[in-house]
Amino acid sequence: ASSNNALARALADLLSVDQLDEDTWDDFEATLIASDLGVGPTTELTEALRRDFAVDGVSDPAQAKGILRDELVRLVDPTLDRTLNLEKDGDNPAVVLVVGVNGTGKTTTVGKLARVLVAEGKTVMLGAADTFRAAAAEQLATWGERVGVETVRSHEGADPASVAFDAVAKGAEAGVDVVIIDTAGRLHTKTGLMDELGKVKRVVEKKAKVSEVLLVLDATTGQNGMTQARIFGEVVDVTGVVLTKLDGSAKGGIVVQVQRELGVPVKLIGLGEGVDDLAPFDTHGFVAGILGE
Amino acid sequence: MFDTLQDRLASVFKGLRSKGRLTEADVDSSMREIRIALLEADVNLGVVKEFIAAVKERLVGLEISKALNPTQQIVKIVNEELIAILGGETRRIRFAKQPPTVIMLAGLQGAGKTTLAGKLGRWLRSQNYSPLLVAADLQRPNAVNQLQIVGERAGVHVFAPEPGNGVGDPIQVARDSITHARNKLYDVVIVDTAGRLGIDEELMRQAADIKAAVNPHETLFIVDAMIGQDAVNTAKAFDEGVGVDGVVLTKLDGDARGGAALSIARVLGKPIMFASNGEKLEDFDLFHPDRMASRILGMGDVLTLIEQA
Ligand SMILES: Nc1nc2c(ncn2[C@@H]2O[C@H](COP(=O)(O)OP(=O)(O)OP(=O)(O)O)[C@@H](O)[C@H]2O)c(=O)[nH]1
Ligand SMILES: Nc1nc2c(ncn2[C@@H]2O[C@H](COP(=O)(O)OP(=O)(O)OP(=O)(O)O)[C@@H](O)[C@H]2O)c(=O)[nH]1
Ligand SMILES: [Mg+2]
Ligand SMILES: [Mg+2]
Repeated sequence: ASSNNALARALADLLSVDQLDEDTWDDFEATLIASDLGVGPTTELTEALRRDFAVDGVSDPAQAKGILRDELVRLVDPTLDRTLNLEKDGDNPAVVLVVGVNGTGKTTTVGKLARVLVAEGKTVMLGAADTFRAAAAEQLATWGERVGVETVRSHEGADPASVAFDAVAKGAEAGVDVVIIDTAGRLHTKTGLMDELGKVKRVVEKKAKVSEVLLVLDATTGQNGMTQARIFGEVVDVTGVVLTKLDGSAKGGIVVQVQRELGVPVKLIGLGEGVDDLAPFDTHGFVAGILGE
Repeated sequence: MFDTLQDRLASVFKGLRSKGRLTEADVDSSMREIRIALLEADVNLGVVKEFIAAVKERLVGLEISKALNPTQQIVKIVNEELIAILGGETRRIRFAKQPPTVIMLAGLQGAGKTTLAGKLGRWLRSQNYSPLLVAADLQRPNAVNQLQIVGERAGVHVFAPEPGNGVGDPIQVARDSITHARNKLYDVVIVDTAGRLGIDEELMRQAADIKAAVNPHETLFIVDAMIGQDAVNTAKAFDEGVGVDGVVLTKLDGDARGGAALSIARVLGKPIMFASNGEKLEDFDLFHPDRMASRILGMGDVLTLIEQA
C-alpha cells in the first residue's frame, strides 16, 4: 500500500493471496485477545477468516469486520436456550443455587435476581448459606429488605448445608415459588470448600430439586475463568453462567470458551451495583461489546 | 496442550542437539511459544510484544552453553527478564516521620480491599504499631459491618462513625479519621474505600477527594490475580484518577497464573508490594518477584529445573 501508483496497487492487490493488510489482521487479533477470548479461539477465528477472505477476495476492512462480527455471533450462539429453569418441584419451590469464586458478585446477583422475579409476580425467599465471610448474611439480608423478600439465615460459622436446607424447608412451608441460595465465595482449588459446596446441593436435594445452579463469573476474569467453570461444573453441575461487572471496561470474552467447551450458556449479565442492574444475556450486544462498538 | 513454557520449548527443540548458536529460525519458533505461554497467563498483549522484542534481542546469536540445553537457556533468560520487570527487590511501606502514616486502599469491586485492611492491620500490630482501620466504604451493603468484624478478628480498632449502606459522606469520614488518630495516638491509618470501576468518573473523583482529605503516604491499588486483559486499562485508570504508589495482588492462593502482575508492573512502573493469599487474616506475605515469575511461566521453581539438567 506504500505505492501511490494506482495501477501498481491494483496489481499488488490482485496478486496477493491475502487482500487485507497485516495491520487489519493485527487489529482483529488485538481486539479478540483484549476481550479475554483466549489464544486458542482467537487464532482459530482469525485463521478461518483469513482463509475465507482469501477465497472470496474480501479486501474492505469494514466488510471484513462485518464478517468477523457474524462469526463471533455464531461462536457465541444466539440459538442457545438461556431461560432460567424455575419449575417448581411438586409443592416445593424451585431452588436456585448461586456459586463462584470470591468477590465475583454472587450476593449482589441474588438480590438483583430476587427483584426481577418479584417484578414478575413470583414469591421469593433467600437463603444465606455463606456463613463464613464477615457480614455476608447481613449483606444478603440488606438485599432482601431492599427488594422486599425474606432472608433465612443462621449464625456465623453455622453449617451452610443446614442453612440452605432450612431456607428451602421454610420456603416450602410458606409456599413460595423460588428459593435463591447464596453461597460463600470459594476458590475452585480448595477441595475442602468444594466438597462443602457439593454437600450443600446434596442436602438441599433431600428436600427439593435444585433447578438452576448459576455460576457467577466476573467479566474481568482472564483465562482462569475456564478452570473455575470446569471445576464448579464437576462439583455442582452448573446450568447457567451469570457474567457480572459488564458495566466496566472488561469484555468477559472467557465465557465464549466456557460455553463452547462446557455447553453451559450465559443466562444473565450484571451491569452495576443497583437493584435493577441485571439483564438477560444478549448475544448481539455481547459481541458488539467485544468489538468495541 | 502444553502446560508450561518448558514443555512448549522442549517441543520446539525436540531433536535439536547442541548446535552451538541459536539461529534466527530457532529463536522465532521459541518466540511463538513464549508469546502463547504469556498470553495464556493473561499478560497484556502490548506488554507481551514489548517483552518478546527484548528477549529476542538477547537470544539471536546466543551461544548455547555446554551446561544448559537451549530450552533451559531460553527459560533462564525469559525468567530473568520477567523478574526485572516485576521488580528486583520488594519495596517496604514508607512510614511517616510524623505519625500517623496513612495508607489508602483502592481498587475494583470485590478485589479484596476490606480483607486486606484487616490483614495489614494484623501484620502492623504484630510489629508493635497501633493501626486504625477506617470505614470509608459507605456504599456497598454492609461494608461497614464487614470491616468492623474484620477489625475485631485482627484485634485492631475501627473508626466507623457512619452506618453506611448509602448513609454518610466517605470524604468527611476519611478526614475525621486523621484527627481521631492524632488524638488517640494511632500511628498507622488504613482507609478502606468502596470498590469502583476505572471508567466510573464520578466515583474516581470521589476516590481522589478521599485521597486529598487524608493525604496518604501510600495509596495501594488492590487487584485480583485472576484478572485478565483488562488489568492494564484498570491500573492506568486508577493511577490517573487517584495516583498509585504500590500494588497488592490478591487471591494468589488460587491457580491463576497472574500475568496481570507483569502487565501492571510494566505499565505503571510501580512496585508490587504485598501478596494476599487466602481468606484468613494471616494469609498475607511480602511480594516475591522470583516466585511470581515462575508462576507466570507455569513452573514450580525455575532455578531448580535449570539446575537439574
Ligand atoms: N460494577 C459492578 N459491581 C458489581 C456487580 N455485581 C456485583 N458488584 C460489586 O462487586 C462487589 C462484590 O459483590 P458481592 O455480591 O459481594 O460478591 P460475592 O461474590 O457475593 O462475594 P463473596 O461472597 O465475598 O465471595 C460488591 O462491591 C458489589 O457491589 C456488577 O454487575 N457491576
Ligand atoms: N481466596 C482468597 N479470597 C480472598 C482473598 N482476599 C479477599 N478474599 C475474598 O474475596 C472476597 C472479596 O473480598 P473483600 O475484602 O470484601 O473485597 P473488597 O475489595 O473490599 O470488595 P468491595 O468492597 O465490594 O469492593 C471475600 O470473599 C474475601 O474473603 C485472598 O487473598 N484469597
Ligand atoms: Mg457473597
Ligand atoms: Mg470492601
